[in-house]
Amino acid sequence: MAEIRVPTLGESVTEATIGKWFKQVGEQVAADEPLVELETDKVTIEVPAPAAGVLSDIAAKDGATVAVGARLGEIKEGAAAPPKSATKPAQAPTGRPDKKTDATVAIGAGPEQPQLRAQPKEQPRSNAALAAPLAPSVRKLAVESGIEPATIPGTGKEGRLTKADMLAAIERAAAAPTPVPQPAAALRAPSPADDSAREERVKMTRLRQTIARRLKEAQNTAAMLTTFNEADMSAVMELRNRYKDSFEKKHGSRLGFMGFFVRAAIAALKDIPAVNAEIDGGDIVYKNYYHIGVAVGTERGLVVPVVRDAERKTLGAIETEIADFGRRAREGTLKLEEMQGGTFTISNGGVYGSLLSTPILNAPQSGILGMHKIQERPVAIGGKVEVRPMMYLALSYDHRLVDGREAVLFLVRVKELIEDPTRLVLDL
Amino acid sequence: MPYDLVVIGSGPGGYVCAIRAAQLGMRVLVVEKDKTLGGTCLNVGCIPSKALLHTSHLYEEVADRFAPMGIEVSKPKLDLARMMQFKQEGVDGNVKGVAFLFKKNKIEARQGTGRIAAPAKVEVSTADGKSETVEAEAIVIATGSDVARLAGIEIDERRVLSSTGALSLPQVPKRLLIVGAGVIGLELGSVWRRLGAQVQVVEFLDRILPGIDGEVARQAQRLLEHQGMSFKLSSKITAVETSTKSLRAQVEPSTGGRAETLEADVTLIAVGRVPYTEGLGLESVGVKKDNKNRIIVDAHYATNVAGIYAIGDVIAGPMLAHKAEEEGVAVAEILAGQAGHVNYDVIPNVVYTYPEIAVVGRSEEELKAAGIPYKIGKYPFSANPRARVNQETEGFVKILADAKNDRVLGVHIMCSDAGNMVAEAAMAMEFGAAAEDIARTCHAHPTLPEAVKEAALAVDKRAINM
Repeated sequence: MAEIRVPTLGESVTEATIGKWFKQVGEQVAADEPLVELETDKVTIEVPAPAAGVLSDIAAKDGATVAVGARLGEIKEGAAAPPKSATKPAQAPTGRPDKKTDATVAIGAGPEQPQLRAQPKEQPRSNAALAAPLAPSVRKLAVESGIEPATIPGTGKEGRLTKADMLAAIERAAAAPTPVPQPAAALRAPSPADDSAREERVKMTRLRQTIARRLKEAQNTAAMLTTFNEADMSAVMELRNRYKDSFEKKHGSRLGFMGFFVRAAIAALKDIPAVNAEIDGGDIVYKNYYHIGVAVGTERGLVVPVVRDAERKTLGAIETEIADFGRRAREGTLKLEEMQGGTFTISNGGVYGSLLSTPILNAPQSGILGMHKIQERPVAIGGKVEVRPMMYLALSYDHRLVDGREAVLFLVRVKELIEDPTRLVLDL
Repeated sequence: MPYDLVVIGSGPGGYVCAIRAAQLGMRVLVVEKDKTLGGTCLNVGCIPSKALLHTSHLYEEVADRFAPMGIEVSKPKLDLARMMQFKQEGVDGNVKGVAFLFKKNKIEARQGTGRIAAPAKVEVSTADGKSETVEAEAIVIATGSDVARLAGIEIDERRVLSSTGALSLPQVPKRLLIVGAGVIGLELGSVWRRLGAQVQVVEFLDRILPGIDGEVARQAQRLLEHQGMSFKLSSKITAVETSTKSLRAQVEPSTGGRAETLEADVTLIAVGRVPYTEGLGLESVGVKKDNKNRIIVDAHYATNVAGIYAIGDVIAGPMLAHKAEEEGVAVAEILAGQAGHVNYDVIPNVVYTYPEIAVVGRSEEELKAAGIPYKIGKYPFSANPRARVNQETEGFVKILADAKNDRVLGVHIMCSDAGNMVAEAAMAMEFGAAAEDIARTCHAHPTLPEAVKEAALAVDKRAINM
């Protein structure tokens, strides 16, 4: 008997929906043959057969939601290796079954005075701890903060809550997103019969639900603002026209605008590190690497594959990678890892005709650059009116950690580099 | 039939270990080399010294403190022999108590020197040359410690004393020179000063009570000096001449330099204690010790030889009776398959001078060395209503709390009843209390522990009665 289980799905992905089973009960399957398709927040994956044999049981049907590690079904026969399950650390024997094991302190080899105890460890609350009243400071903080003590891990004796635990929980709550009150299912007043006959009710796809949830989370967590600027695209366009053929001949992909914007963005991120950083609890995590996400629209929604270590890649390599991402995004063959770990995102609404917009942050990032339609406009240059191909630029940013001044400077930098690409070469 | 456990030594570590083991169903034998049970603590340590501290304190109180209360008494006379008898009655009572507990818990005791002949075998030899070997599933070494000696200075327990001799002097010395300003030196110095001796203390370091919070130690020194004890710090005794009528001690600065001579009638060498492992046969059975002669044990009190364990003063850690007791309980529980454990962060330390000093947790120096930011809450007993009305206002409470999360990291108490009061602090710290928790616990009024509550309030700069 070989069990079919939901495999690990990637960082912070805890469940998936069964897309469809490729095999039916009773069918012969070969080892590693794809058995069932699972849809996750980010991608669709296939679960291979753990052994050769006959599919004897399907535990979860099409459309069901399953958690990581859940049992999907079973295969009869086949010398399959038993599924790897996380083993819990063995508990030291205790004389009394209800008493929690304490770690004994190492002595003897140390100095005369015992070492200061390291970070108090969280423990599950023992029965005694659960029955005990809360410490006075904990009680007061719980009432004042509205945080339910039962939900907080305790580091005190036998897992009791200490004041430190409460304070830490309050700090975490302050950094956490505003809880979004989930609207009750039937909040919407039913349409009059006449209209309802003309309505079509379609269940949101998993991907769309995820997009919706993450958009709201981003909005509720960050203090999101957008700053604007505009860039004269003539220099870049001239470059493009001059070298477009030789570029395509050498690199195999077309010379677009994205490569320039990625390089410009990286230069600006180096100047304004806060935009490449992230808030984690009470800390700001500055990242000394540049994984630039490039938003790609697909029929099913927006996905953001990430060009990793973009600052080490040539323009050609970046363009090739983006083109490949685009193609595979539309085919639906992007891998989960390819969409994780981004530090900054660039989104181009211009391909659809958007002139000006306020992009939404790709949480937990602190900045997103919006590119728009290049439109010829009369602009004033040196006192005269000239017609230039202009693009509005938008930077949405998390004001909790990026100052207004920094955001403006960032965008000005991008503008400067786009308007005069030679600066990219000269690192000016 | 082998014993489940043989404990070598019946001091606080050994006898408590034996009782706990018996409670957990083990068949226990205790081997004690002295004629009485109880080890150093009961016979020549904690217990007799507390008796003398109590009696000598009352002697001084009657002489000095009764008149202002409107109680007229004539100057008290000292019957030292009777005082020693009082002390001995207390010691005997405690020793009998241990014997009673052994009987109650069906613990066998055998008098003689215990030698570990082989793992699982203990040979008990008596003074008359007889010996007997017993078998043991497990052996716990609880042989404690002995007086530390100074090179070149012989202790004769007549004029050059250790703490043992200092507990049984036949008469009050006129001049008592104490070498070492640690707990034992100061306690015994206090006893004889109250009974009429002129006491001078010589200390190697530049401070008294090493290991105690610096501010507390300085305050203690001031109070003891005020009581008439004199101190010579940063000094070392290099020799003691006993041939002359008065003792002549050579003293020089700790770092070396010009020597001077101090005269005294009796001198007490109180420079610490060292692990005692005589006659245990450790070398032949292969039990390892460290460079301070302490038996090396792991986190389960096991030595490097299977089946042999060690606790108390004979291993590393503070040389305190209650530390040995905790370890005795822990090792008995470990042997029974339970999770025996000692929390070394919450072991109180008491100096039974007057006022008493009791501390638990970290000193300011330790917190600074560890780089832990802390807040201080201090409260003097001069502001405590009970202390005020009893006119016993010396001392203060100092609470050190984590600057970030208010967790109590150290409590330092100096007052008449500090030794008892520190139990509250230890209890609070054991449960990870914040200073606020102590401050929000109701303390009876009017009592001395209210000062602990006020010190906790003072951590948050909101003491009420100050």
